[in-house]
Amino acid sequence: MSRSILITGARVIDPVSGSDRTGDLFIRDGVITASPETAPVDTLVVDGKGLVAAPGFIDLHAHLREPGFEDRESIETGTAAAAAGGFTTVCAMPNTSPAIDTAAVVDFITHRAREAGPIRVLAFGAVSRGRKGVELTDMEELARAGAVGFTDDGSPVATGLLMEKALLYAGELGLPVMDHCEDHSITAGLGMHEGAVASRLGLAGYPSAAEESLVARDIALLGLTGGHFHVAHVSTAGGVEMVRMAKRRGLRVTAEVTPNHLTMTDEWVLGANGPADGIAGSLTLAAYETRAKVSPPLRSRTDRDALIEGLCDGTIDAVATDHAPHTFGDKATPFDEAAVGISTLETALGSLMSLVRSGAIDLPTLVARLTTGPASVLGERFANLASLAVGTPADIVLFDPEECWTVDVSRFASKGKNTPLAGQTLQGRVRMTIAGGEIAFGKVGR
Amino acid sequence: MMGSVRNPTSPPDGSPSPRTEARASPLKGEEGSDGAAHRRRHVLDLDDFSREEITALLDSADAMRELLSRSIKKAPSLRGKVVLTLFLEPSTRTRVSFEQAGKMLSADVINISGSGSSAEKGESLLNTALTLQAMHADVIVIRSPHSGAPYFLARNLQRMGVVNAGDGRHAHPTQALLDLMTMRHHIGGLEGKRVVIVGDVLHSRVARSDVFGLQALGASVVLCGPPTLIPLDLLRGGEGESLPDVSVEHDLDRAIDDADAVIALRIQQERQGAGMLPSMREYTRRWQVTEARYRRAKPGALLMHPGPMNEGVEIASSLAHGPGSQIEEQVTNGVAVRMALLYQLLTGGQEEVSE
Repeated sequence: MSRSILITGARVIDPVSGSDRTGDLFIRDGVITASPETAPVDTLVVDGKGLVAAPGFIDLHAHLREPGFEDRESIETGTAAAAAGGFTTVCAMPNTSPAIDTAAVVDFITHRAREAGPIRVLAFGAVSRGRKGVELTDMEELARAGAVGFTDDGSPVATGLLMEKALLYAGELGLPVMDHCEDHSITAGLGMHEGAVASRLGLAGYPSAAEESLVARDIALLGLTGGHFHVAHVSTAGGVEMVRMAKRRGLRVTAEVTPNHLTMTDEWVLGANGPADGIAGSLTLAAYETRAKVSPPLRSRTDRDALIEGLCDGTIDAVATDHAPHTFGDKATPFDEAAVGISTLETALGSLMSLVRSGAIDLPTLVARLTTGPASVLGERFANLASLAVGTPADIVLFDPEECWTVDVSRFASKGKNTPLAGQTLQGRVRMTIAGGEIAFGKVGR
Repeated sequence: MMGSVRNPTSPPDGSPSPRTEARASPLKGEEGSDGAAHRRRHVLDLDDFSREEITALLDSADAMRELLSRSIKKAPSLRGKVVLTLFLEPSTRTRVSFEQAGKMLSADVINISGSGSSAEKGESLLNTALTLQAMHADVIVIRSPHSGAPYFLARNLQRMGVVNAGDGRHAHPTQALLDLMTMRHHIGGLEGKRVVIVGDVLHSRVARSDVFGLQALGASVVLCGPPTLIPLDLLRGGEGESLPDVSVEHDLDRAIDDADAVIALRIQQERQGAGMLPSMREYTRRWQVTEARYRRAKPGALLMHPGPMNEGVEIASSLAHGPGSQIEEQVTNGVAVRMALLYQLLTGGQEEVSE
């Protein structure tokens, strides 16, 4: 049995109860317990002064790459990265090799996660066998093995017909269908938003319309079938607006957004130093920044602002990382040839805190979008994971909202060092992550 | 361009501020950044060339052209220098032009193509380039189907200069320089001159580089072509321009009025299959430079084409082979410009050209 832990004098934000107060948290036998008059002698006391304590973050969308792509990430390194980022629950995407399309693969992931440590790994099953977009997977069997939803992420659900059937079938199981909304017939190039920056660089663009048209398709189908449609990594103003309208109509549609799309734009592909004299000015050697290549692409300032607004007003339910680790070689190529994706788990909080500091969002709302929001997408049975109430599992993150730190990718727990934030200074850093009462990350004592 | 230190783009409000860039110096093309005269190391684009630098280069190219007309076409200026050409896309004129330019100045020129090289065995561009650098070549001339490939190399090569011989749809700076040389030769200073670029602007690296070169010399540029072959952002307008001060006019009759020069871009026949064009017949009817349209331009207006030309498509055959056509002179000037450029890069303009 792990030691009891007492966190003292922290700003405790509990989005379930709506409380935001300075106080203590006591953890015993893996659950949150009423603070005792006198703690047991072997209790680890953590001074929480100046720190924020919140439910451990829940990531709906991470690529842990195992099985099949262990050179990019493994469940062990991916969960270590999650812990370093304050996430106590991560949902693994099924674009592995083999894909998560059988109960055996779900069992394998569950087993590996248990070996790796206390971070909870939940698997999304594939919508279609082999992610080929033809036949549905055995969804009920996957669900029984523990799959929490279905997606062919990396690719969209290939056809409207398949999406219709998936919504009906998964809906009956009470599980969401997450779709990576991208109309491949419109996207000319990957990882670059269609706009002035793409045009300047001579890169083929992925227009907002390619996302919007599939969000529209899926919402129309949802009206037909019922069930639960979850929009993966929404990136466009139009996508947010459609989700808003669909929610108003009472449809069960939810959405997530990544920290990257909330804080960066397509201009990041010009390199962090950008052109001093506007997009039409001279490019710098830092242009064609492959580390800023991600799918969906980083979009315009207008889109970014709409995403922030949607996150604040609840149109967007959750922040999800879309953590996408890659090897050095995957990114050390000309832009067209580079892999898409950003290693995000370990920078998420630091990125997001910039929104709090600029006044774009308040901290309790942000915490809710990292905890209760994603928990509600997963369903009622996971509500416990986002709570600090007595008797709930002790999944807790303790972070310093003020600490400035420089992103040193060589110290990432993740194998993926691919982030355009490398070398930059972020403010807001995780100090300790407790999952199921065990310290998954953090130094003991200060 | 002076080596002033760039201000980081003000980070979008609320985003983490890009404070310390861990990688390459943001400056390109120059050795240092102390504001003194710099020796250019790379030619990746025309967007960082000032009017003065272009003018000096074209002056030097004029002198090189004189060497070209001699019976013994050789000067020793680049003796002992090694120029590599790495062409990962089919090309005749640009590759041969660079090769001839290097050889006429006595450089050793080694040609590598995509097929038959280690690229075909799956070696990455980075590893190929590092290997070549380790052989102590002085400069690598690269043609790549991928926009930005020369930037990628310049970022990763510490000891070898990089010359862009055309990258994807991004830039083709030496083509633009030879276009400028041709125009300057016939119509003098380009200040206030009107230049029409007609055709497939969307996929054209030539158009993008021409625009920057022409702007630097004070000409005004009109882009003309089917709406499917003009970048969408230029059609929409109002979102921050990707090209400085160009206007777009779909009607070639109107675009060509009073033009001092017309550059017709190559149309790739495959575009029709990709749904970019209804038919070559329709394209020819609407956007071919015909005798009638040419008459709307200024008398003696220059007619140019970067090649290879589809006979009877972009330009009426009678015009392409008529007196206004500069197409062959462009090719000659291409060699001269590339001589001037290699000479500048490899010697800093310090050595004597003549024997």
